[in-house]
Amino acid sequence: MEYILIFISAIFVNNIVLSQFLGVSKKIDTSLGMSAAVAFVLTLATIVTWCVQKYVLDAFGLQYLQTIAFILVIASLVQMVEIVLKKVSPALYQALGIFLPLITTNCAVLGVAILCIQKDYDLLQSVIYAFSTAIGFGLALTVFAGMREQLELVKIPKGMQGMAIVMLSAGLLSLAFMGFSGVDGGLKLLFGLD
Amino acid sequence: MNAIQIIKNGIIKENPTFVLMLGMCPTLATTTSAINGMSMGLATMAVLICTNVVISCLKSVTPDKVRIPVFIVVIAAFVTMLQLVIKAFLPDIDAALGLFIPLIVVNCIILGRAEAFAAKNSPIASLFDGIGIGLGFTLGLTLLGICRELLGSGSIFGFTLLPETTNILLFVLPPGAFITLGFLIAIVNKLRKA
Repeated sequence: MEYILIFISAIFVNNIVLSQFLGVSKKIDTSLGMSAAVAFVLTLATIVTWCVQKYVLDAFGLQYLQTIAFILVIASLVQMVEIVLKKVSPALYQALGIFLPLITTNCAVLGVAILCIQKDYDLLQSVIYAFSTAIGFGLALTVFAGMREQLELVKIPKGMQGMAIVMLSAGLLSLAFMGFSGVDGGLKLLFGLD
Repeated sequence: MNAIQIIKNGIIKENPTFVLMLGMCPTLATTTSAINGMSMGLATMAVLICTNVVISCLKSVTPDKVRIPVFIVVIAAFVTMLQLVIKAFLPDIDAALGLFIPLIVVNCIILGRAEAFAAKNSPIASLFDGIGIGLGFTLGLTLLGICRELLGSGSIFGFTLLPETTNILLFVLPPGAFITLGFLIAIVNKLRKA
């Protein structure tokens, strides 16, 4: 039951994109591809960093190396995904372009890896947390890409064009997602986990 | 370019928050109050100055193909130092910024300046670039923090200015970050065109 709670709250309640921002794509299908790449990297990175933390850093008392170790793991994973994607789906690779290597600097990835350690999750909990964060990320990214497609069609006041209107729409989207807060509290009651 | 020009360039022409739109993750997440925004800005500036100088010194011995990993390791090392210093001497700031201190590693501004400026210019010029961009970032974050704190909790830097009845909680929450930033960007766009 705990696992379902982590799952739901990471997708809706604590949606990580809406507390951080990634204005990648204006098209829904590229944003789906991007979400899949992030989901893969995020889940894999969390598994590897969790093992690194437990079996290397904790075992040898090297906790202060956490940031360096984690970012190196994430950077090499992203590199790997890039190579695989180039072979498997060149079209998607082309479409994502510069944004793929930028997954390294997507704070969701490092953030989730560190959060899992801070929250003292076990491996399974971490995997669920990472995967559902990635789904939440994909959901917000896709909805947001849809909004941007609509924005192309409307007339926007001069000063608001570009990033200004994008920020405002993101604000409204984030406001909509805030409607989910409290859902995890309700679920906790439902499952009798308090 | 002389020192003053480089610094001015960082604050006005290439302001990371309002013009380059880099480092959105800490910008949106840590600016719930003026003091939090300013501490985040100063922390990032400290790291940026150190990494700019070191990377600029290393540029002749860094092979081109592995430069990004080299940059990331240098950045992660300085962030770890900063993290330990803040934990030891400024526990309040550590509690307020928490997760976002290690996340300075993945702040695009730092990697971006390393790649765009420090890898091509002398250490002295990179030092001033770090100061300029750092000040521009601090300024942006503080401004955003002031607006959000004033609207959300009716105070600036903790000094109460407005009665509690005018507080709009929304501005302290994530949606408020997007909306405030959207309007600030619109104002800056307007001013730049005028």
